Amino acid sequence: MLRLALKLLYGDRAKYAMLVGGLTFCALLMTQQISVFFGLMRWTTATLRNIPAAVWVADVKVEQVNEVVAMREIEVDRVKSLPSVAWAVPLYWGIINARLPDGSFQSVQLTGLDTATLVGRPGKMLAGRIEDLRLPNAVIVDQVGVKKFLAKGIQLKIGSVFEINDKEARVVGLCESAQSFLGQPYVFTTYDRALEYVPFQRKRLSFILVEPKPGVSAQAVVDEVRAIPGLTAYVSDDFIRRTMDWYIKNTGIPFSFGSVVFLGIVVGIAIAGQTFYLFIHENLRFMAALKAMGAKTRTLASMVFLQALVVGLVGYGLGVGAAALFGFGVLKAGQPPFYLPWEVLVFTGVVILFICGLSATVGLLKIIRTEPATVFK
Amino acid sequence: MSEKILSVASEDLAIEARGVTKTFGRGDSAVAALKGVDLNLRFGELTMIVGPSGCGKTTFLSVLCGTLKFDGGSVRLFGEDLRKMRPAAVTAFRGKNVGFIFQQFNLVPTWTALENASVPLLLAGVGRRSAEVAAQRLLEEVGIGEKSKAYPSQLSGGQQQRVAIARALVHEPRLVICDEPTASLDAASGYHVLELLQSIACRPDRCVIVVTHDSRIFSFADRIAEMEDGVVKGVSERGQFHAQYV
Repeated sequence: MLRLALKLLYGDRAKYAMLVGGLTFCALLMTQQISVFFGLMRWTTATLRNIPAAVWVADVKVEQVNEVVAMREIEVDRVKSLPSVAWAVPLYWGIINARLPDGSFQSVQLTGLDTATLVGRPGKMLAGRIEDLRLPNAVIVDQVGVKKFLAKGIQLKIGSVFEINDKEARVVGLCESAQSFLGQPYVFTTYDRALEYVPFQRKRLSFILVEPKPGVSAQAVVDEVRAIPGLTAYVSDDFIRRTMDWYIKNTGIPFSFGSVVFLGIVVGIAIAGQTFYLFIHENLRFMAALKAMGAKTRTLASMVFLQALVVGLVGYGLGVGAAALFGFGVLKAGQPPFYLPWEVLVFTGVVILFICGLSATVGLLKIIRTEPATVFK
Repeated sequence: MSEKILSVASEDLAIEARGVTKTFGRGDSAVAALKGVDLNLRFGELTMIVGPSGCGKTTFLSVLCGTLKFDGGSVRLFGEDLRKMRPAAVTAFRGKNVGFIFQQFNLVPTWTALENASVPLLLAGVGRRSAEVAAQRLLEEVGIGEKSKAYPSQLSGGQQQRVAIARALVHEPRLVICDEPTASLDAASGYHVLELLQSIACRPDRCVIVVTHDSRIFSFADRIAEMEDGVVKGVSERGQFHAQYV
């Protein structure tokens, strides 16, 4: 009977197409929007992923990585002196304007790495050597910078020159880095040179990157740092979570994306539910005939749920596939952000199954309520 | 003595209906469809239930085959008291013992003739291959074996009703219920369908009930029960009704 149930479903091509179309749209909308949301959330933590460190130390008022409250440089020594710390290095991070050769400006995320160790260096160099950062006026620009400069007609390559705060910045390398929420390119240089580029302030240290001693947990370092007045510390993963939480709590992003996802679910329920109900309604005569012929409720339920499951799986597959194609396209283009972890696929699948289950249940209730005697009318 | 006679007689009866009542709706809008119907139906006979529209024929038919609950009276189907059976048991009993032929055929349009005809066996849990073999045999018996792969829309009304007959008989039921089997057919097709029904459905161990008001097919009946206003007005045996109806 299950095979015949599927023939009944496939036979009504218009409704089958509408059911699959509705669920495809629903799955696409949910997967795409949630993936863009997750992509956006990942962008907010790009600095943390571009600059690997076990523990980040910041001013006690700092709530997330894109918010800098500058500290005194002496704090580096205070952290270094902690028993659990193997080493600690300063990091400058700030947004500043770069002046291009044609006179136009481009905001960049100036990242000053510890001059001696270059801790926090970019993970992948596309051209040049990281050690060349120690050359005079040397900077390394990421692939976002290459694109942004190119958009302004400037082909960035090793040897290219631009200005930061009226001081020369000479490109000695190109690197790959995670794109940030703010969208500005990362420009890496040494900590000392970064301080030369930025306007003078009494406090200019953005973060301290810390490595625990062997055998000491990162959390132990965090606990020790937090005992120092005016400082706080986060294990890197915790800082990532806190940064994402901050954006979720303090921006309209989750509501915006959440409302689209909610609408997707509502549209899915409306289209799939109504169409499935209509499908059941139009076949009620045959269902009543099957009931008269001795079909058990269990048999009818398995037929209806199989039909719902099949349209759900096909719609889910097409929707998720379309979302993945969208993601494949935008990842090549660089934006909008897109991150599709397996959890999103599971979530979308569960929602689609819920919609199908709900539709099937409503349809089945109608069948159950139908007296087999109606077949004689 | 009378009890003994009744008992002996009951063994020959396929269906025993006593004082069956059924009312639809409540209060002022209540409509009494059956007002105490008594009727005995015997094995090996084709009984027609006739009467004007709204007299309760179809309601009585629905009660007899266990697709509609009745309010009062009793119905014994092959010795089983329908009222005492649980709904699931009635469904299972119906699936095993009753074959249906509907006025509108009720063939699923997206299933082939073979698939439609094999449904009762599939519902009974018979495997697909065996069910289709049996259905094919029945389709051949009703004369449309070569049309087994055709969809209902590719068949004429008469052919569709033949598929319905095959479906009604494929699981060897003891009771065949026919609701206006000729209403959607022209005169010739209707005649052929009844001919077919009489030749392959009527067996000593089976009871066939046909609800109709098509007087052209009355001649196929062994007995005719005439209903009027929710009661059986009279039952005519073959020979008696020839002069009256045919």
